Amino acid sequence: MEQGPAAAVGTAGAVGAAAGASAPAAVAAAAAGASSSGVSAGYCPVPLPLSDSEQQCYSELFARCCCAPATSSSSGHPPPPAEVGRGAPLPGPAATAGANQVADLLRASQLPAETLHQITELCGAKRVGYFGPTQFYVALKLIAAAQSGLPVQVESIKCELPLPQFMALKNDSEIRYSNTTELHGMKCQIPYVTMEKNSFKRVDDGEKQQEKISPVMSPVSSPPSSPSNYQRVPLTYGYGKLRSGMDQMHAAPYETRQHALQQEGSTSGSHGPKPTRRQTSLIQSLSVEREPQESNSNYPDDPWRITEEQREYYINQFKSLQPDLSSFISGSLAKNFFTKSKLTIPELSYIWELSDVDCDGALTLPEFCAAFHLIVARKNGYPLPESLPQTLQPDYLQTAFLKSKWDCALFDSYSEPMPVNQQPRDLNRIEKSSIKEKTDLTAPAQDVTIDDKQALKISSVDEAMPKDLSVDTATPKDLNTLKARPRSRSYSNTSLEEAMKRVEEPPTPPPRPQKSHSRTSSLDLNKVFQPNAPAAKPGLLPPPPALPPRPFVSQTDQVSEIELHPQLTRTPSQTEESGSPVKKDLPHSQPPSKPIRRKFRPENQVMENQELSSVTGTSSVPTVPTVKPHAPVQKQSSKQKKAIQTAIRKNKEANAVLARLNSELQQQLKEVHQERIALENQLEQLRPVTVL
Amino acid sequence: MAVCIAVIAKENYPLYIRSIPAEQELKFHYTVHTSLDVVDEKVSAMGKALVDQRELYLGLLYPTEDYKVYLLMPNGVSYKCKKLLIPCVKSMFPNQLHRYGYVTNSKVKFVMVVDSSNTALRDNEIRSMFRKLHNSYTDVMCNPFYNPGDRIHSRAFDNMVTSMMVQVC
Repeated sequence: MEQGPAAAVGTAGAVGAAAGASAPAAVAAAAAGASSSGVSAGYCPVPLPLSDSEQQCYSELFARCCCAPATSSSSGHPPPPAEVGRGAPLPGPAATAGANQVADLLRASQLPAETLHQITELCGAKRVGYFGPTQFYVALKLIAAAQSGLPVQVESIKCELPLPQFMALKNDSEIRYSNTTELHGMKCQIPYVTMEKNSFKRVDDGEKQQEKISPVMSPVSSPPSSPSNYQRVPLTYGYGKLRSGMDQMHAAPYETRQHALQQEGSTSGSHGPKPTRRQTSLIQSLSVEREPQESNSNYPDDPWRITEEQREYYINQFKSLQPDLSSFISGSLAKNFFTKSKLTIPELSYIWELSDVDCDGALTLPEFCAAFHLIVARKNGYPLPESLPQTLQPDYLQTAFLKSKWDCALFDSYSEPMPVNQQPRDLNRIEKSSIKEKTDLTAPAQDVTIDDKQALKISSVDEAMPKDLSVDTATPKDLNTLKARPRSRSYSNTSLEEAMKRVEEPPTPPPRPQKSHSRTSSLDLNKVFQPNAPAAKPGLLPPPPALPPRPFVSQTDQVSEIELHPQLTRTPSQTEESGSPVKKDLPHSQPPSKPIRRKFRPENQVMENQELSSVTGTSSVPTVPTVKPHAPVQKQSSKQKKAIQTAIRKNKEANAVLARLNSELQQQLKEVHQERIALENQLEQLRPVTVL
Repeated sequence: MAVCIAVIAKENYPLYIRSIPAEQELKFHYTVHTSLDVVDEKVSAMGKALVDQRELYLGLLYPTEDYKVYLLMPNGVSYKCKKLLIPCVKSMFPNQLHRYGYVTNSKVKFVMVVDSSNTALRDNEIRSMFRKLHNSYTDVMCNPFYNPGDRIHSRAFDNMVTSMMVQVC
């Protein structure tokens, strides 16, 4: 019967649910007398008389300490094995309570640490090294004594004492998996000793930080005979709810009282005034808070269950993405949608892994709801499960969807009478929509001062859900990663985009640089177009090539000048560009205007030609044509032909030059484009390497 | 039975490497890297004309040191697992590592290093393992939040690889 302390701890702690469940279950329910006699015959130096109620309570507590409630992580949420003790089987004398659980229970008694040490010593656990049933019972008795104000002595336990009271301890697994939207009012609460050591981090931290000894809260040690007591209370708001003050505890009608067959009336008398910040106080606060229950709120131990309101919301979201409810949401669509939730990509990736069971890259309605639910849970701070909970399985959800929303059959599966207190809550619940109910959480929980963090959480949930659809820009990091990642892909979808980009760009060539580029200098453009070429605007035709000065002066020049009008008219726009050349020409231009009328003005006409050839057409040039009509008509007839011919020749020359220039420029453009494409290719090849 | 499993991307950088024991990971990095040359050699040997008929399983690359190296190149998204048959070189040294290879059309390669000291794995077993790897890899690719070219962090993939490697030990 004796086991080493290590073994004791090992059995209770490591073995966990399975062994723990089997131990009490396997042991036949010993008669109360037998157990009490066993207690008396144990190592306790003092025979320990236990009343019936005490016996029941102690055995229940012992059973609870023996078996660790399972963290329904991967296996969904089976009722905790402790619930096996529904029929109040008594653990046999061979069972030992886990040291951790007992320690937690002792702490839950909210006695000073010194007192607890005394108790531990007195009960003999320290001596034997483990908490056997006898030691456990003695310890409980001593706790009761201490709580009643009696000194912790062996003698004090001989008398009739009220049941020890323990602050409700929360099962860490519940803390882990409860969902804000899944708040279920606390049903009759059994002091769950926190047995999970690998529980939610924050819970652990919170517990360790808050191991203050607080006075006894409202009694929790409801008799085990009530089956409803075994409902696990989900930690709806987790650690955030701790801050509920004592007043809440007092004010809140403790639900367990309704169900609890608490025989002792000392529950009210044991209220210590210290506000406690223990997480375990949440259980009472939860009952008080009256969080709006989902329609199937009778599933207290299942934070992964999708409630009706949630389901409706998810379905609506699905419709917004994909009108056909029986069809799929593609992966990219879902990705964009879920990215708005601002979870990190790895987490979203993991959620996708969990929810896309058929791994087809698309989400059906059940899969989508499961994914959405996981995202909501994650946003509320709960760790993601290792595997998809059973209630989120697509087949399960599929059947659930088929049922009517208010199918009470779902509710009946859980035998839990609705506490009377919850009925007003129900009304509130029914009224609310899936989102609004969260905002209305504060309304029903009027008795309880909701924790700021909780409020923040609610608001965050409020914001999270409605904003899921809003065009929230993803976090810059997400945006950058999203944008950066397509680039990192090696020739996937983005290759098309890039190809398109490349295609788009050639049609819009960059603006041509000024004509002062070096390449054209290789041409005879400079000679052709005179030094005013840099000043020429792109797109404008350069002035016609300079005509060789003609020895003869004929009115053909005049006619040619006429022909050159359309070309010259453009040059006036360039007049402003050149300053000094204009000035030079001005003195020349004006005299030539008059001699134009004359036949023989070679100098003038040469000047005119020079002037005309220059890009900087002077403002007086336009005046030239006006003067021309004054020329005698007779001489113009013959001259006109020659002028026309020369003009034609000049135009052809000009065309040739321009065509050559055009081809040259086109060639340059092609080369530049090719260079660009080559560079882009190089860049593309280099990019994947930079990802590493 | 694998001692090391690696997924190499098209550009020959690792997407996923896992080895048992973990402290020899660097050594396996080298091993896998050197095997990539053999992979390319085999792939190029097949020629472009055989792309359609080319199978993915490359078989035993070469025995070096203590391990056999198997190479697998999964075919991107397609489920057409074509295997590339290459005669396996019998190891002349016992207790060697053998590497096996498997290449897919998208040039993603799986390399598996096996301890030959274990019961001699039949070729079919290696192929089945590669098939599982390939399927898991495609599942990872199906995840829209996974960008090709990223390291693989999928838990499902990890679990599958662990199961394969645990068999060995």
